[in-house]
Amino acid sequence: MKPMLPELMQTHGVSRRRFLKYCATLTSLMALPPAMMPRVAQALETAVRPSVIWLSFQECTGCTESITRSHAPTIEDLIFNAVSLDYHHTLQAASGHAAEAAREQAMKDHHGKYLLVVDGSIPVGDPGYSCIAGISNRDMLKETAAGAAAVVAVGTCAAYGGIPHADPNPTGAVAVSEIIKDKPIINVPGCPPIPVVMTGVLSHFLTFGVPKLDDLGRPAAFYGETIHDRCYRRPFYDKGLFAEGFDDEGARAGWCLYKLGCKGPTTKSVCATVKWNGGTSFPIEAGHPCLGCTEPDFWDNGGFYRPLSVPAGDFRKVGLAAVAAGAVAGIGGGMLAHRNRAKAAAEHEEVDAHDLEKPS
Amino acid sequence: MNNPYFDLLMWARGPAFNIALFIFVAGIALRVVEIVALGRKRDLAPAKGNPVAQGLKTIFTRSVPRKGLVAYAPITYIGGYIFHMGFFVAFFLFGPHIAFIDGLIGVSWPNLSRVIIESAVALSVLALFALLYARMADPVRRALTTFDDCLVWLLSLLPMVTGYVAVNKLFGDPTLMLALHILSVELLMIAFPFTKLMHAVTFVMARYYNGAIQGRKGAQS
Repeated sequence: MKPMLPELMQTHGVSRRRFLKYCATLTSLMALPPAMMPRVAQALETAVRPSVIWLSFQECTGCTESITRSHAPTIEDLIFNAVSLDYHHTLQAASGHAAEAAREQAMKDHHGKYLLVVDGSIPVGDPGYSCIAGISNRDMLKETAAGAAAVVAVGTCAAYGGIPHADPNPTGAVAVSEIIKDKPIINVPGCPPIPVVMTGVLSHFLTFGVPKLDDLGRPAAFYGETIHDRCYRRPFYDKGLFAEGFDDEGARAGWCLYKLGCKGPTTKSVCATVKWNGGTSFPIEAGHPCLGCTEPDFWDNGGFYRPLSVPAGDFRKVGLAAVAAGAVAGIGGGMLAHRNRAKAAAEHEEVDAHDLEKPS
Repeated sequence: MNNPYFDLLMWARGPAFNIALFIFVAGIALRVVEIVALGRKRDLAPAKGNPVAQGLKTIFTRSVPRKGLVAYAPITYIGGYIFHMGFFVAFFLFGPHIAFIDGLIGVSWPNLSRVIIESAVALSVLALFALLYARMADPVRRALTTFDDCLVWLLSLLPMVTGYVAVNKLFGDPTLMLALHILSVELLMIAFPFTKLMHAVTFVMARYYNGAIQGRKGAQS
C-alpha cells in the first residue's frame, strides 16, 4: 500500500497548519471560493496516490527542471511525491528494459485511472527523429494515452508544439492535442511552466477533476489574464515611461519594457503574481521583456526584441519598392496626361456659330 | 494547436502590413509625382510680389479660420480642429505608436501619458460624431455627401475606437483586439491615396500653389 499524504507530510516534517495554509493558497490560486478550501484539503488528504506516467519527447528537460527546482522541502515537493511517479526518464532510477517494463506495468495495473503527463512535442514528419527504446514518440503517446484517465501537456512544446514547431518545423513537430483526440487534455504551457502552476493543476485534477479550460485548453485559473494586466511595471506604461535600452536610466528605474519587445500585453499567465522560485521574481522583474512563452507559436512572433506595435515583416524593402513603383507610375501618368493634352490640342477644330447650328 | 487570434495578429503585423504599406506609399508617390509632372505654363508676366514667401506663408495661415466663419459654422470648425488635433496627439504622441515609427524609419521623440492620449481619442471620437451630425442635419451638405465621405469617416473612426478598446481591454481577447486595431489602420492606409484622406499630403501643395499665385499678383491670400 502506497503511503497517503498525511504520512508523507510527517515524513517531510510539515505541520498540519502549514498544509492547510498551502490548501488555502491553492484554493485561491485555482480561483475557487474560500468555502472550497476544506474540500481541497480533504481531497488531498484522502486521495490515493494516483499513478503518473511522465513521457518526455522533443524537449529540453526544462519543464522537469522547473518542477523539481522548487527547493526542498517545499509543499510543492510533497505534492509531487504524493503522486506515484511510475515512469519519468530523468527522475527514475531504472533504465533500459527495466524502465519500459515499469511503464508497461503501471499501464496494466492502473488502466483507465493513471494520469499521463507529457512534455515535449511529437515529430510526425519522420517518426525516427525521436524514439524511446526503439518506439517512436507518436506510437508511445498513442499506446500510453489509450489507458489514461487524462493527459496533462506540460510546457509549450507538448501543449502547442513549442520551439520544435517553430518555422520551418524540420521534424514536423505537433502538440499532444494533434494526436490524442479521445481523452481530456489539460495544457499547461510555459517555457517552462511555473512549478506551482503544474502542481496546482495536478492538485485540481486530484480534487475536482479536469479544471475549467480556456479556448487553448489552458486552466482558466492560471491563464485567465494577461501578464501586462497584473505587471508591477504597468503604472509606468500608463504614465508613458518606457525603458529604451537594457541599461538606460529607465531600465534601472524599473520602467515599462514595451519598447524592448515585451509581449506581456498579449500573453496570458500568472507569472506577474505567482512568480518563480518561491515567489521571488519573474522575467520582467529581472529586467527582461516577456517572450510570450505561454502562447502558441511564440517563437515566431516577429522577434523577441521588436515591440508589438512594430511590423514583423521586411517592410523597409517593401517601402523602398513602393516609392520607386509609385514614382515611375506617377511619371507615366504625367506623361500620359501631357500626351493627351497635346493630342487634344492637335485635334482641336475651330468652329463658328454657323457650324454649331448645323444638324449633327 | 494554433491560436487564431495570434495568427491574425501576425498576419496583420506581417503580410497585411506589407500590402498596406506598398499601396499607401506607392499611392502617395503616384499622386504627388503625377500632380508635379502635370506642371503649369510658365507665367511670363513680371511678379509683383514674392510668390515663394507668400506660398509658404499660406500653408500655415490657411489653418486659421477666416473672421466670422467659426460663428457661422461652429460645429464644422471647432469639431474639425478637435478631431485633427486629437488624431495627431493619439497617433504621434502615444508610446507604442512612436515605437512603430521608430521601427519604420528610425526616428523617435518623447511620448505622453495614457490618460492624455485617451482623452484626446475620446474628444476626437465625439468630434467625429458631431461632424457627422452637422453634415447630415444640413440638407445641402447631406445631398453633397458621397460614399467616399462616409467611408473616410468610418475609416478615421475605427482605428481610434479599436485602439481604445485594445489598450483598455474593454471586451474581447486582447490579442484579437490588437490585431483588429492594426487591421483598421491598414484599411486606412490602403484607402488613403485614393480618397479625400489624401488631403493630409496635398493640402501643403494646394495651399502653397494658391498662396504663390496670389503672391505673384501682389495680393494677400
